[in-house]
Amino acid sequence: MLFTSYEFIFFLCLLIGLYYIIPKRFQWQLLLISSFVFYYFSGWSNLLYISVTIVSTYFVSIKLNGLTKKQKAYLKENRDLSREEKKVYKEKIKSKRWGWLLLCLIFNLGILAVIKYTNFALSNINSILTLFKMNEISYVNLLLPMGISFYTFQSMSYIIDVYREKYEPERNIGKMALFVSFFPQLIQGPISRFDDLSKTLYKEHSFNAKTFSFGFQRVLWGYFKKMVIADRIITAVLTITKNPDTYDGIYVFIGMLFYALQLYADFTGGIDITIGIAQMLGIEVKENFIRPYFSKSITEYWRRWHISMGTWFKDYVFYPLSVSKPMLNISRSSRARFGDKVGKRLPVYLSTLIVWFTTGIWHGSSWNFIVWGLLNGVIILISQEFDPLYARFHERFKVKGTFGFRLFQVIRTVLLLSSLRILDCYRDVGVSFRMFVSMFTKLDIGVLFNGSLLDLGLDVSDYIVLVIGVIILIGFSLLQRSGSVREKIANKRPVLRYSVYILLFFSILILGAYGIGFDSNQFIYNQF
Amino acid sequence: MEELLEILEELHPEVDFNTNKSLIDDKILDSFDIITLIADINDAYDVAIPAHEIIPENFNSAEALYGLIERLLDED
Repeated sequence: MLFTSYEFIFFLCLLIGLYYIIPKRFQWQLLLISSFVFYYFSGWSNLLYISVTIVSTYFVSIKLNGLTKKQKAYLKENRDLSREEKKVYKEKIKSKRWGWLLLCLIFNLGILAVIKYTNFALSNINSILTLFKMNEISYVNLLLPMGISFYTFQSMSYIIDVYREKYEPERNIGKMALFVSFFPQLIQGPISRFDDLSKTLYKEHSFNAKTFSFGFQRVLWGYFKKMVIADRIITAVLTITKNPDTYDGIYVFIGMLFYALQLYADFTGGIDITIGIAQMLGIEVKENFIRPYFSKSITEYWRRWHISMGTWFKDYVFYPLSVSKPMLNISRSSRARFGDKVGKRLPVYLSTLIVWFTTGIWHGSSWNFIVWGLLNGVIILISQEFDPLYARFHERFKVKGTFGFRLFQVIRTVLLLSSLRILDCYRDVGVSFRMFVSMFTKLDIGVLFNGSLLDLGLDVSDYIVLVIGVIILIGFSLLQRSGSVREKIANKRPVLRYSVYILLFFSILILGAYGIGFDSNQFIYNQF
Repeated sequence: MEELLEILEELHPEVDFNTNKSLIDDKILDSFDIITLIADINDAYDVAIPAHEIIPENFNSAEALYGLIERLLDED
């Protein structure tokens, strides 16, 4: 049951109706049941996977907390122990806690790894076997449960935080299960943190007309992005990227820009629907995007795009890895060997590349995603190295902060990101590089003006809708810089206000692209 | 504290670490700086700053960072 299906709309209306009718103390239980019903529609076996994650994470979280309490009680009872004795006891408890954490991580990330990466590993092994003319191993038939990457990461952030004693674990397994399975964010994020989401998830919520209406508007805005823009432009993107032999050169350039628009409208639209639904239920889900296409560098872009994933990797991979003992030892020995400059950089560089490798493979079990991730990391490191050069440039030419230079930076970032995403479009490293090169070798600008663009599956009216859509998206983002657009609209005269709402609603109904030769229900990030 | 100030100044000579209280909030220290800083602190004070202590409150000022070092040394 996907966000764009009629079943989902029916499910949502029923849930919201019940949610505000039943006694408030049962609201979170209703959400839990609804989340499981929602997930059941993606396949009953998926319920088994998520339940295993919930139960194992819950059990270990209680165990970890029990050990912490045991330590506190022991040290309180035995105040007269020497400093050394206390240290020995703490170390003992610490190693037990570490063991439980490791078990939980290996178990749950293991499930994810086996389901998601077995066939990828087999395909690589088979390539080697073929090289030596040996028999290939047959592939396994494993269905990837929808949203497994999201809910596994969310559960692992919870267990690591409990291990770090950031907060007490949730003692009610039902509430904990709701945190992991909360349906609006189950299949494409954001990857919420327990201390954020739990503030409002279990609370009793009275109907609030303003919050509800703001949530509804956000849902509509999400559907507009998804159905009017993303689901329209996808036809052209697929025509170009599925036929690389026919559509190379300037078409690749057009395709990558179209894909930038599609991905933005699809993913941010999906998150708008998620956050909007949660808001209609009185629950706050943290923002996952801050106008990412206004970023002036790739580093800044990754702070503003899919924020919950970026901060997850930063908090649970990059920092722990960078400050780990082996990494500090590498730093020390490389400093002694190659000097301060190299020694200081080495752990950061290694950690950055490992994080981007992981980010790449998280997006998909194929080499194109790994190369895409690593290239992102390499560009970030190169730009870091260029910092002194940039500083010298800005000392000489006083352009920093001017509108023209900022615009140049924004366009440069969008083009760079879109070029990297060619790997995402073609899903094959070789084809992607060939297509990238063809942009420079077969640049036939004439295509833009000779009507060829109408052969991509879009007609003139589609292009008009897309141009208007892009203008609205940019206008919305510009308005948003000075505060909530919904607040601004709410303060306008009723005639104008309701015209905007009605226009938005009917534009989705009339201009939404419904099933034109593709699976209009599928959001791009559902596959992760 | 002197030693910590020296480490910080080496990293960003243009910043006044005696007065600045928003090193993270103002994006003066980025994640690369933080890792370098932690390695330097590890060498100078023989204290390991664990990943979960990397939060803005601990890195926003030299004073807060010194407080963290002292706390970790004490716990040790």
